[in-house]
Amino acid sequence: MSEFLLELFSEEIPARMQVAAAKDLERLVVGALSDQMLLFESIKSFSGPRRLTLVIGGLPVQQKDVEEERKGPRVNAPEKAIEGFLRSAGVTLDQCVKENDGKGEFYVARITREGRVTADVLAKILPETLAKLPWPKSMRWPGSNVRWVRPLHAIVATLDGEVVPFSFAGVESGRTTYGHRFLSKGSIEVRRYDDYVKKLRDAHVILDPAERKEIIRNAVVNGAFALGLEPVPDEGLFDEVTGLAEWPVVLFGKIDDAFMDVPGEILQTAMRTHQKYFSLKRANDNDDGLALANRFGFVANMIASDGGAEIVAGNERVLRARLSDAKFFWDQDRKRRLESRVADLKKSVFHAKAGTMHDRAYRVALLAMMLADLLGYDVAKAERAGLLAKADLASGVVGEFPELQGVMGHYYARHDGEDEDVSFAIRDHYKPLGPNDRVPAAPIAIVVALADKIDSLVTLWAAGEKPTGSKDPFALRRAGLGIIRIVLENRLRLPLDLPLHGVLAISKLHEERPWEARLADALSNTMLLKGIANDLIAAARKSGGGDVVGDVLEFLADRLKVALRDKGVRHDLIDAVFSLGGEDDLVRLVARVNALQAFLKSDDGANLLAGYRRAVNILRIEEKKDGHTFEGEPDPKLLQAPEEIALFREMAEARELIAAELAHERFTEAMTVMARLRGPVDAFFEKVTVNAPDAKLRENRLLLLSRLRASLHAVADFSKIEG
Amino acid sequence: MPKARTFQDLILTLQTYWAKQGCVILQPYDVEMGAGTFHPATTLRALGPRDWRAAYVQPSRRPSDGRYGENPNRLQHYYQFQVILKPAPKDVLDLYLGSVREIGLDPAVHDIRFVEDDWESPTLGAWGLGWEVWCDGMEITQFTYFQQVGGFDCDPVSAEITYGLERLAMYVQDVEFVYDLAYNERFRYGEVFHQSEREFSTYNFEKSDSEMLFRHFADAEKECKALVAAKLALPAYDQCIKASHCFNLLDARGVISVTERAAYIGRVRALAKACCESWLESPMGAYEPRYG
Repeated sequence: MSEFLLELFSEEIPARMQVAAAKDLERLVVGALSDQMLLFESIKSFSGPRRLTLVIGGLPVQQKDVEEERKGPRVNAPEKAIEGFLRSAGVTLDQCVKENDGKGEFYVARITREGRVTADVLAKILPETLAKLPWPKSMRWPGSNVRWVRPLHAIVATLDGEVVPFSFAGVESGRTTYGHRFLSKGSIEVRRYDDYVKKLRDAHVILDPAERKEIIRNAVVNGAFALGLEPVPDEGLFDEVTGLAEWPVVLFGKIDDAFMDVPGEILQTAMRTHQKYFSLKRANDNDDGLALANRFGFVANMIASDGGAEIVAGNERVLRARLSDAKFFWDQDRKRRLESRVADLKKSVFHAKAGTMHDRAYRVALLAMMLADLLGYDVAKAERAGLLAKADLASGVVGEFPELQGVMGHYYARHDGEDEDVSFAIRDHYKPLGPNDRVPAAPIAIVVALADKIDSLVTLWAAGEKPTGSKDPFALRRAGLGIIRIVLENRLRLPLDLPLHGVLAISKLHEERPWEARLADALSNTMLLKGIANDLIAAARKSGGGDVVGDVLEFLADRLKVALRDKGVRHDLIDAVFSLGGEDDLVRLVARVNALQAFLKSDDGANLLAGYRRAVNILRIEEKKDGHTFEGEPDPKLLQAPEEIALFREMAEARELIAAELAHERFTEAMTVMARLRGPVDAFFEKVTVNAPDAKLRENRLLLLSRLRASLHAVADFSKIEG
Repeated sequence: MPKARTFQDLILTLQTYWAKQGCVILQPYDVEMGAGTFHPATTLRALGPRDWRAAYVQPSRRPSDGRYGENPNRLQHYYQFQVILKPAPKDVLDLYLGSVREIGLDPAVHDIRFVEDDWESPTLGAWGLGWEVWCDGMEITQFTYFQQVGGFDCDPVSAEITYGLERLAMYVQDVEFVYDLAYNERFRYGEVFHQSEREFSTYNFEKSDSEMLFRHFADAEKECKALVAAKLALPAYDQCIKASHCFNLLDARGVISVTERAAYIGRVRALAKACCESWLESPMGAYEPRYG
């Protein structure tokens, strides 16, 4: 069994591409080997700033011989055809046997293909395989006929220590590689994986990124601990710096005191985005903001001869320059009230067909007011928070660090003395940012977060930006899921179509008289604002809405299905409830799905489903036979058998009870009532012949079954249920 | 290694070093431009088959970056030291590191890193892959392998090295306010440029005559097209740079809207493309030699 070692040594590979490149290399080589019938026992791949490495263990020394049979022409075929066959198969006539397929004799060539030596196979397949590596961005350079991420300088390719000779990107494979750019001198000769790893380590290169990451993590955590601190969690940053050092050395620097009154989020963002530094904090922080310590950790790729003193001093100096910029913006921003920046939003376009950010701020405020009114929250606070929610986009800090949107608005609002509910709503209204992010839970934050997402969904949908396939440039799917999660997790009782219509109503009324003027007239007066919210709700109720609202509702329903399915709810049950239609209350809808799922798990539920199916089958066959459907009340006078009388009576009673429970949204109770029908249904099918010879009797019994179908459909469309 | 103690030491050190590598030492181009890349010795010479090596200082004008002389490191006029090596030598990174040692940054005590930073100039229709070079977390150089200029493939590929001189000098001299840099033994940077930063910031943001600049843009555009038609690649390209600078001034003045902005960039790009095409048909740029 043989070991194959491959290293591609190049100039610095972007950190974000390294891991995927190693995985792609592994995948491509595995594919090429299996195409060549070369199986192996183990494979490992590694990536780093200057190299991709692959090691494959347990390869055979050569391919197995392959016996191949090839069917040729009939023995009485023209000479030319037989000659052609022999030529193409590479055999002589005496290497062929004759076989008979019942229609006559024909030649079969028996070809033995000798397995090639693995080294030769590798030498042949590697250049074409490497050329397929899909870099996100690749380049040409002098002397290479193929593209690579950066110029390639050396290739190590050995099979059991012997070079597998090939040429790729103008580089001949061999046994030579190089160590750390500054901590090693000259080249290294390697033979096998074991000595390769060791020699690299001696040359100050740690091959395995997992090991580098652990070294960094331990050093950051331990170093922070020694200072009585801990790093602000940031897994992505650990990954990124792992790709930036072959020999990671963690050092710590001090943040100048002049910057310690700047909010922690700004410091952290400036340090992370520009410098890739780890922020450190004391263990006890709260929801109020990020309290950073005046220390930072960073990763150098160097054991400096002065112990790192120059490196730390240099990094501290660079950070001072960076933070001066950030502090400048922070100080400047607070010289103006956040409120005054709302007007600045007129200058930034939200979408060519959906107006400016200023238009959007007003729409969000008005929607938040509507939602607050519907949910019984404070309408004036909703207006204030909605209006200010986007104002920080015009601030200096957010211009510099867009990811601080919301967070900065919160700080500025607090600085201006705005109400706390308002400032926290500004901070949290972008949430949830992903499936694992928390949803806002405070009333004002809830309505602004919903308003924000509903506005972008409806206006961008109307502007033709609905998501298609993998394209969703405005993250509308995320917005949709956000709406669903906010509603469900806060159990908000809300007819969702109303705010959707609201967006259109707001835009329409804006054309008559700008909202800026209307809201100014309201003078932040709660009664006047409530009046506006009420008028809007009325206008939304009357709004036609057109296709957009229907489309968006359907889109939200799809998102909900996906969300429920991800939580393990059976998709057929979702369909069974959804196909009832006309449901715009998500909380109610989900309660119904959950009750249905529980019901079907019970014996009564399963048996009732069986009875239902029997009824529906009979109905379908008979309806087809008669060419019309059976709908209507059976005639009690025509009931004869005790079982059908019992079923009729039970059903009439159940129907009323089910309706009463449904009216109170007690779905589980409604289904318990349904379950009581199981006995009568079973007894009915056991004793009563539906297709009675008497036509009137038959029709009456079919009508009875149709009532059963209708009663169950009041709860869910049982025909959608599978299994 | 002695550090390049003054701003002009830095320039002289880099010039001497790159002259030894066979670079033609050019002087700044006498048309306003936003970056050293716009110099025809880079933009045009990067195209076509001929070998080329040049190094020069280029004043870079970024009207929007003016801060009235009040910001510690933002300037509307600063110097870039630009090196172009065509074709890119195999050991170009080692050559570059040699220059870093030469100016007094010893890689044995510093942390030098090549961090991904791809370069793209929408106005020149140009892009390349490369890095920003970090020294102890500070960006000291931009390094690019040119892939396309004016929408044309660079073949052979050149290496472009751009040092931001003020920033680098601030690092070497350990200075936090650009105007405190020692320009030479006698004069500080502020004595040379502070008034200019103040006056040009006022001009760029407040006083420039937009109507005139729009006119100049249109004139330069027209002239450029005419010169391209006359197969005069180099004079045509001067007009392209002029149009680009007019656009930058107008942009700083805030008179170009978001939507117009893209259109203006597109117009400059069209000029750059036409000039590059014309260069590729000219004696020094053509793949089929017709000259000398």
